[in-house]
Amino acid sequence: MAFTWFHKLGSPPYAYALAARLTPWFGWTAALLIAAGLYGGLVLAPPDYQQREAFRIIYVHAPSAWMSLMIYSTLAISAAVGLIWRIKVCHAIAASCAPIGASFAVAALATGSLWGKPMWGTYWEWDPRLTSELILLFLYLGYMALRSAIDEVVRADRASAVLAIVGIVNVPIIHYSVEWWHSLHQTATVMKLAKPAMPPAMLIPLLMMLLGFTLMFFALLLVRLRAEILRRERSARWIREALPA
Amino acid sequence: MNTAPAPASALDAAQLILQRDLILAFRKRGQIAQPLAFFAIVVTLFPLAVSPELARLREVAPAALWIGALLASLLALEFLFRDDAQDGTLEQYALCGHSLTWLLFAKTAAHWLMTGLPLALIAPLAGLALGVPPGSGSGIVAAVTLGTLSLSLLGAIGAALTLGVKRGGVLLTLLTLPLALPILIFGARATELAIRGADFAAPLYLLAAFAVLGVTLAPLAAAAAVRINLE
Repeated sequence: MAFTWFHKLGSPPYAYALAARLTPWFGWTAALLIAAGLYGGLVLAPPDYQQREAFRIIYVHAPSAWMSLMIYSTLAISAAVGLIWRIKVCHAIAASCAPIGASFAVAALATGSLWGKPMWGTYWEWDPRLTSELILLFLYLGYMALRSAIDEVVRADRASAVLAIVGIVNVPIIHYSVEWWHSLHQTATVMKLAKPAMPPAMLIPLLMMLLGFTLMFFALLLVRLRAEILRRERSARWIREALPA
Repeated sequence: MNTAPAPASALDAAQLILQRDLILAFRKRGQIAQPLAFFAIVVTLFPLAVSPELARLREVAPAALWIGALLASLLALEFLFRDDAQDGTLEQYALCGHSLTWLLFAKTAAHWLMTGLPLALIAPLAGLALGVPPGSGSGIVAAVTLGTLSLSLLGAIGAALTLGVKRGGVLLTLLTLPLALPILIFGARATELAIRGADFAAPLYLLAAFAVLGVTLAPLAAAAAVRINLE
């Protein structure tokens, strides 16, 4: 059958072994890409004509913001798959996604406000993108709070999956209402960030960082997934066989 | 529990639940009054915290009205399913063979009639106390009506999700408030425009769109959440 690989992925021992095998590949590729991207972005790329050296924080900020959103969709999709087809590994993936995504959201907010100090003259501006990011962080926190409030694993999985699905339906609505809210209450124009095409010396490191962060997320996810599977299956026999005593 | 014969259709069953919940609510009038009193107190806090000048209060009136309404609705949501979950009624609903989505929609509608609608009706009075011109009353009623309806539907999901959690009130707030932000944004905007005497149709339409989305999708999610917690 063409779909046997998919069923195999749903089995915790197989997923555990596969995650262990894949982690170094993702991890090392991510480390190389991030090292190269940081060198390219922080050393080789020319300073921006308007923002000078301060623009370089984009090499951490933009990938973090991108990851926080991508991880939320990953979380919601795998939670939905787990809810619909009752695949335990998918719930484990969703559970492992949440803390990573929340950390990226915090990183995006922190780097955003650090960049805001020299650019806007203030650490926090109610900019629509910063506001949306903050709300995304609250969504992550709510998801983790619900999960930790329910003791039974199966019930926690399924309840938090419903929350994740409701959240992902709402994310675009929240995003656009925040933009709309901001355009109505536009105060002093903070700074016109007209986007000229980035020169390749700036863009290539950014793309490398983006890819590197994505692979880093996969590596982190696989490590967390293995821990999550171990915790959930701690009484299963295969674990005693798979792990050296 | 009386043992009436099973009603014919899901709509009949939903209607019976609506009636039952309204009767129960009228027998415990204190629970209807609580969110209203809470709302009144929150609104009273604003003049004490900001200033008694009506001109300045008018500026913060939309914020005061909407934060009060949001918190009062959330406070009431904790009781939406709790009693029925504890005495097993909710389980009977899930087992009775009718679509749980319809039945929960009826329950949520009853809840909104007992909390959201009274809030919408006293909101203009609270507005008057904040120096809002009386002419803007209809706009405020319309905005708060639609906003509390959406909030009840959205909150029903949160209430259903936190059914199995002991003292889930804070958790319910944490789950529901980020999702309720569009309601706050559009609602406060419509109220602000109504107070200024401007045309508030655009944000009102968006509130209505959100309410329609809630009516169609939220009971489905709430029913799924209730089933999960009954397992």
